Amino acid sequence: MWLLIVFCLFIGLAIGFQMPVLLPMVLAKYMSIAILAALDSVFGGIRAYMDDGFDNTIFISGFFVNTLLAAGLAYIGDKLGAELYLAAVVVFGARIFQNLAIIRRYLVKKY
Amino acid sequence: MRSRNAQISIAVVSLILGIMLAIQFKTTANNDNNLPARVEDVAQQLDTVTRERDALAEEVVSLREKLNNVRKNDQAMADLQDELQKSNMSAGLTAVEGAGIILTVNDIPRTLQTGEDPNSYIVHDTDLQTLVNDLKSSGAEAISINDQRITAMSEIRCASTLILVNTKRIGPPFVIKATGNPDMLESGMNIKGGWLGIMKQWGYQIQLQKAEKVQIPPYSGTIRFEYSGLPTEKEKAE
Repeated sequence: MWLLIVFCLFIGLAIGFQMPVLLPMVLAKYMSIAILAALDSVFGGIRAYMDDGFDNTIFISGFFVNTLLAAGLAYIGDKLGAELYLAAVVVFGARIFQNLAIIRRYLVKKY
Repeated sequence: MRSRNAQISIAVVSLILGIMLAIQFKTTANNDNNLPARVEDVAQQLDTVTRERDALAEEVVSLREKLNNVRKNDQAMADLQDELQKSNMSAGLTAVEGAGIILTVNDIPRTLQTGEDPNSYIVHDTDLQTLVNDLKSSGAEAISINDQRITAMSEIRCASTLILVNTKRIGPPFVIKATGNPDMLESGMNIKGGWLGIMKQWGYQIQLQKAEKVQIPPYSGTIRFEYSGLPTEKEKAE
């Protein structure tokens, strides 16, 4: 399980570095928010997996919808002049730490 | 619940996450001169350049003053002005006046019979071209046709019933003025077998008179060099 995740992550990194795609600086900001949302989804998925509460549909839809929503929200915030991306940073940051804490507890209990 | 499906979807999602991360890393690494620092840099550069520009503008003013002084005093400048005047004259950019000839050419005055081609009764662009060429070879210094100055770039071109010179339409009678030695020009035009003689034989109305004072206007258009320039140093040397 862990090996699989790390392995896929590395493959993804390799593909990404090989791809000749460079984001314009304007989009890089939204991309960072999207990555934050994606990270949150992945950690949430792992936690649910360890919780035995994993739902495939929720996980996949959560991943894509959260990612797009976060980027879209940041974009709308920029258009409105409100720094809405801060909300995404705070929410996803807090949730990532929560999920990580729960995962850590499971691991500690397990071994 | 710990199904194969779950593992696959987590794997796929982490793959996508990896790609996104990598792209983001690359992007931020490429733009590692982050924005606030750049803004300051650019602002500073602008400041320096603006100051430089102001200094240079002042310099321009003082240099212009100096140039004016030099112009007033310097003989070399006067010579240059003279040279410029001459160049303008030869380019046809100034009006000239002097001894020369006035040649008037008009169509054949006979009324047209049925079945006759009107083309054989009118003055053609080629006639004017040949006459101008003859004048040049007889030593004309400046030539105009119906007050259109013939420059190095002037065309004499047929445009149905009219003729284009310097892209201006002119019609008969054609008054060709030329400055130069009047006797030379007259004999050059009346030379045996010359085009003027042939035109006379055909019946064109031709008047050739010498004049003490012929006034020739300047070329009224602009001369532009879009594709030509001075040769570079290397080519000159060859």
